[in-house]
Amino acid sequence: MVFEGMLSSTEGMYRGRKTILLGTNNYLGLTFDEACIEESVAAVRTHGTGTTGSRIANGSYGTHRNLEKSLAQFFNREHCMVFSTGYQANLGMLSTLAGKGDYLLLDSDSHASIYDGARLGHAEVVRFRHNDPDDLRKRLKRLANEPGQKLVVVEGIYSMLGDLAPLREFAAVKREMGAWLMVDEAHSLGVLGDNGRGLAEESGVEADCDFIVGTFSKSLGSVGGFCVSNVDDFDILRVACRPYMFTASLPPSVMASTIMALRRMQEEPQRRKRLHENAERLYYGLRNLGFVVGPHCSPIVSVVVADAPLAVEFWNRLLEGGLYLNLALPPATPTPAPLLRSSISAVHTSAQIDRALQLFEAVGRQLGVLPPMVSSSAARKRVAASLNAPPLAEVAMLASGGIR
Amino acid sequence: MGATNEEQQLMTETMRDTQAQIIEGLRKQLKKSMPLEPTTNIVRDLHLDSLAVMDFIMSLEDLFEIVIPLDRVAEVETLGDLALVVDELRGRK
Repeated sequence: MVFEGMLSSTEGMYRGRKTILLGTNNYLGLTFDEACIEESVAAVRTHGTGTTGSRIANGSYGTHRNLEKSLAQFFNREHCMVFSTGYQANLGMLSTLAGKGDYLLLDSDSHASIYDGARLGHAEVVRFRHNDPDDLRKRLKRLANEPGQKLVVVEGIYSMLGDLAPLREFAAVKREMGAWLMVDEAHSLGVLGDNGRGLAEESGVEADCDFIVGTFSKSLGSVGGFCVSNVDDFDILRVACRPYMFTASLPPSVMASTIMALRRMQEEPQRRKRLHENAERLYYGLRNLGFVVGPHCSPIVSVVVADAPLAVEFWNRLLEGGLYLNLALPPATPTPAPLLRSSISAVHTSAQIDRALQLFEAVGRQLGVLPPMVSSSAARKRVAASLNAPPLAEVAMLASGGIR
Repeated sequence: MGATNEEQQLMTETMRDTQAQIIEGLRKQLKKSMPLEPTTNIVRDLHLDSLAVMDFIMSLEDLFEIVIPLDRVAEVETLGDLALVVDELRGRK
């Protein structure tokens, strides 16, 4: 699908009509921020449209250094490397940090960029059960006599169901077993933590997280990726990490808006507060209607649908009604059940969220995902029952095709 | 120096035991009963998607107390292939 234009961070034009954007990971709504745009325009006029090559071949611009310095400072870390995309940040770090004879321990629900980074490198790749620190411990124990280093990789917020990693527990396992820990804060940067540094900050375990990777293409409203760390000799990676070395570096306009967005994010913590209020409005709104949603309330709110044809029909009808979100089909989903995935923004209005809820309810009833309208007392009982049920059990039931 | 007859016999028995345990584990996971042989192709014959295959591999790791790295899974097509990999990794313990 192609949008004819973007009207704001939360609205676009699709087939000649205004469409609410509820699937763009634009968590802080900074894509149309005046200061970010001005910085970007000034940079393109001063430094041109692109770097036309890699930093290894063409050299770095002062802006590359400034961006790395800004990020290192923000995360209170010694070192930072920026990449041309968040995907490449994972590709680069995973393929370079762990070498032959080492082990990468990946959460089974890891993003494709983590799996691809693991495949690009030469380390042995082992999966552990999603968000299960005991399962990780068990697998690390099995590897206790193997000589290689062990790097555990988890995500702050998982992109499909919006669930958070139990990071404090993972950090404890990491300490106990003597492994390294990397956290991908792609969906949690700007979203979690008092300062927006992500789940590591929110969980109070930043010192245990040896490497933090992330992206500029969500909360920071541009494109690019990064890794920050306090590990000695980090800069050696600049001459070993192929996805960093052999691709064009970020253009000045992108870096300029990113540096400003990082500043805006710190100056305006109220955006984060608003983001969580909006997330709650959507998450509990959908749950109270009777939809099966993910286990945690976060800015990613996914509705589980029984099968792909139903999900496609549901998605099309929402779009026809003026609401765009993501249709996630297996194997991109953590279970065989498809998802209607929303991502909320700090700048969505209450009216936009309520419109989304109305559309979800209307289409849900048309397609039989929700039962037909019932009396208000019966509805209250149904909602109470759905609130008492453990959400993951519902997910598992749907995944097995149990109910529609 | 090659393995003695006794060692070879022992290896064959371990292999049969591994195959039997894999097949038993799979029967529990499959919703309907179907013939399971060493020549059974895991994806084509059992209609398992990649998620189900990976879950099954994790359950085998727990059953045999081993680690099966992802690159070893890539070379597996049949239940017999899987038993060979598991057997090799069991031997390493």
